[in-house]
Amino acid sequence: MSAPTLTPAATATPVRRSRRFTMKPSTAVVYFIALIVVGFTLGPVIYGVLSGFRTNAQIAENPAGFPSPFVFFNYTGVLTNPSFWRYALNSTGIAVITTALVVICGVMAAYPLARYEFKYREGVFMVFVVGLLFPASVAIIPLFILITQNFHLGNTWIGIALPQAAFALPTTVVILRPFLQALPKELEEAAQLDGASRIGFFWRILLPLSGPGMVTVGVLAFVGSWNAYLLPLLLLGPQNKTLPLGVADFSSEHGSDTAGVFAFTSLAMIPALVFFLAMQKRIVNGLQGAVKG
Amino acid sequence: MADDVTTSSSVAASPASSSPQTGPAILPPRVAGPARAGRRKTGVASWRKRAEIAFFVAPALVLFFMFVVWPIITAVQISMFKWKGIGPMVDFVGLANYVSVLQNSLFTDAIVHNFIIVIASIVIQLPLGLGIALLLNRKMWGQGLLRTLIFVPYVLAEVVAGVVWRQLLVPRYGGIDAIARALHIPTPEQGFLGTPDLALATVIFVLTWKYLGLAVILFLAGLQGVPEDLYEAAQLDGASWWQVQRKITVPLLGPTVRTWAFLSMIGALQVFDMVWILTGGGPVNRTSTMATFLIYQGTKSQQFGIASAASVILFVIALVLAVLYQQTILRRDTHPDQPRRKKKVK
Repeated sequence: MSAPTLTPAATATPVRRSRRFTMKPSTAVVYFIALIVVGFTLGPVIYGVLSGFRTNAQIAENPAGFPSPFVFFNYTGVLTNPSFWRYALNSTGIAVITTALVVICGVMAAYPLARYEFKYREGVFMVFVVGLLFPASVAIIPLFILITQNFHLGNTWIGIALPQAAFALPTTVVILRPFLQALPKELEEAAQLDGASRIGFFWRILLPLSGPGMVTVGVLAFVGSWNAYLLPLLLLGPQNKTLPLGVADFSSEHGSDTAGVFAFTSLAMIPALVFFLAMQKRIVNGLQGAVKG
Repeated sequence: MADDVTTSSSVAASPASSSPQTGPAILPPRVAGPARAGRRKTGVASWRKRAEIAFFVAPALVLFFMFVVWPIITAVQISMFKWKGIGPMVDFVGLANYVSVLQNSLFTDAIVHNFIIVIASIVIQLPLGLGIALLLNRKMWGQGLLRTLIFVPYVLAEVVAGVVWRQLLVPRYGGIDAIARALHIPTPEQGFLGTPDLALATVIFVLTWKYLGLAVILFLAGLQGVPEDLYEAAQLDGASWWQVQRKITVPLLGPTVRTWAFLSMIGALQVFDMVWILTGGGPVNRTSTMATFLIYQGTKSQQFGIASAASVILFVIALVLAVLYQQTILRRDTHPDQPRRKKKVK
């Protein structure tokens, strides 16, 4: 799509010494393409939100129209539905526990892997690197048995959070290690001179300084848990469903109530979107870190 | 104690000790002076150091082994039994589950679908993502907003995105069909997801929508790492914008692209949520993936042995591809990269 628009712009400009902006595809072209791309990415989201403000009759009459008039009962219906709030609470609880587990275990593991010299260091690190390859779906059936039958944690928040945290650990360690390695050596030596042990150094200097890195991995773990579907699908019973499960169930149970499904789905999007907008820099940094790491 | 720390830190800083597996770092031969002076203390110190390391690494390793490694080992074990999930595993069948899975055309079709998705994701998203990233890589009004908006689909849960798309794609009453009707474009009778020949392409379209933003964001981030002077130098040499992109920017983006392709490949092999929501693997299994196959076998038919065999095969395929990729393509990045990384560590 972009190549044909690029080539004429480039060939039309004779090769000459000048400022680089004259060589680029014109700004108007770029804005036009950007508009198309944004329309493509946001179209379905906006369609979903707007359709939540329509009645089923409106949607049946013209599926692609605007709400006229705007109706609010779909949204109020969802917001007064106790199930929705229960799902939201479950999602939040599970995501918070997962995030806490991942960040605590991850930063603790990353510290010696980054700043100690020991025989099996690279070996231990490789365990986590290889762990990046393990999809949850491979282990899903044994996990189901382990959680429900051995630990009797089926249908509990912690029963979901533990495996989710375990599967999020590789990314966390892989992102945090270079981050901790980058902290200057002099800090450690200065702390040593002041008589701090390495554990003291960890608590008083390293942890406060690695705040940004921990927020990054924390955000990634939170969003991952918030959006997770497969594990909750197998492990959670009706009372403990998370929002993604709720969305899927609502859409199949109320298939004829198109507007209601759109309202439910739109409201389920909001927490992830808000969280993302607030933390956008961190998410992008984290993914970048994962790519570079 | 202090001696031990200074020696180990000097070892870490010296590039010669890049292979820590060769021996314990507590007694490095190179820094003989302080090490010898503190030898009497190193016994206690090294014991203490080991305890510290164990203390820090243990929680993560326990969690990881208990909920990742152990279940995978168990999956291998279950895959050799005929087992419905209740009672002890007694019906040992050896590799029979693997044979039956690999002879099952439902599973081999699923593998083919997975590979189609892997290739299509890269072939479609790479040029599109690269093109968009190159165009947006300039100072322009609303740049931050644009990047945010492009990234939105990636942050949504696959389930949420899938439900919206499924509603959009409902035959006749969905938004897509309505738009097509207004433009007088014919649409398939059973809808895009219900027509066997179009279903997989439609799923790939939705996956592209979901993950294109990630490619763009990563490429843009990689582009920021290209030093400004290079552009200026190329400008002075009279290179056009297009030449600069082709000869300088894109090659320098190589490592980012290769890592993105790796992530994309692993993700596409594991794809489950979106397919499960959009089609459930249908119509007539035309969109099934390895993951949907094994979940179906495990939950709907209670064939835990079969499902586990399928999951082990999925894992082996992912592992082999990852290793091959690492050896052939990523190797280029990691090797010349090493000296640079060392410098950063210092």
